[in-house]
Amino acid sequence: MHVGAVNRMRAPDDTEGGEDAVLIARLLAGDEQAFVEIVERLHGSLVRVARAFVGDRAVAEEVVQDTWAAVLEGLPRFEGRSSLKTWIFRILTNRARTRGARESRSVPFSSFDSVDEHEPAVDPARFLPSGKWGAPPRAWNEDSPERLLARRETLAFLEQAIAELPRSQRAVLVLRDVEGVDADDACDILQITENNQRVLLHRARSRLRAALEQHMAP
Amino acid sequence: MLTCQQLTELVTDYLEGQLPFRKRLSFHLHIGMCRDCRTYVRQMKLAVRTTGALPPGDIPDEVRDQLLRRFRDWKD
Ligand SMILES: [Zn+2]
Repeated sequence: MHVGAVNRMRAPDDTEGGEDAVLIARLLAGDEQAFVEIVERLHGSLVRVARAFVGDRAVAEEVVQDTWAAVLEGLPRFEGRSSLKTWIFRILTNRARTRGARESRSVPFSSFDSVDEHEPAVDPARFLPSGKWGAPPRAWNEDSPERLLARRETLAFLEQAIAELPRSQRAVLVLRDVEGVDADDACDILQITENNQRVLLHRARSRLRAALEQHMAP
Repeated sequence: MLTCQQLTELVTDYLEGQLPFRKRLSFHLHIGMCRDCRTYVRQMKLAVRTTGALPPGDIPDEVRDQLLRRFRDWKD
């Protein structure tokens, strides 16, 4: 039941496939509005994920521009074996990886923010020696995403908190929770193991919860 | 018995449906009895859903124009 509550946000694959087919047909027909729509929907996330591989913002933007060019070029041959979104992110990370490897200061994705290092989900000082809460989380007033995001400062705050995540955590979070890509595809896109993916996602989500908590009840 | 601190480290595995049967059972037992952890899990889920509800950011005009030019070239 709890799992369902989270998964509900994702469109079922057949719907996604149907929407993809419509969008692709429009793009291939040269519909500019269709292109604007998909660019507006994905551009920000593409830049965020690219930056996990290339540190420099301007270079990341270039990689994203190249990605859109490759997407248009490859579109007539797109077979729909994955969702359009997954396909686009895969093109992006292939390019970003190549580009990142060429940059002197770049580090391979897998060695960022080593996942072996222990990073607790919650400040250990908030627990008693028994492991029970000493300073438990206080309930928040807002109880829906809509109500939370209705406050402009909360929206800005959450975006800032995402921007401040370590880059591999941010890449996983953007794919999984912003874009709703499933775990298998996220692993494939980022070339990380299932376990690392889950650890990075856990840390990213835990940090965002903690940030929201600070924001809601300072 | 799972402690509250241990539970906070299992929330993602739980939400991902990746907890082995016994651990999932302990997880359920714990949140059944512990209001603080129920609050915690609720906040984690809300953080996830709120992240998913973020509006896409604005694209700088020049980036948008550049992409549109690309699209027009591609179309022709
Ligand atoms: Zn507890």
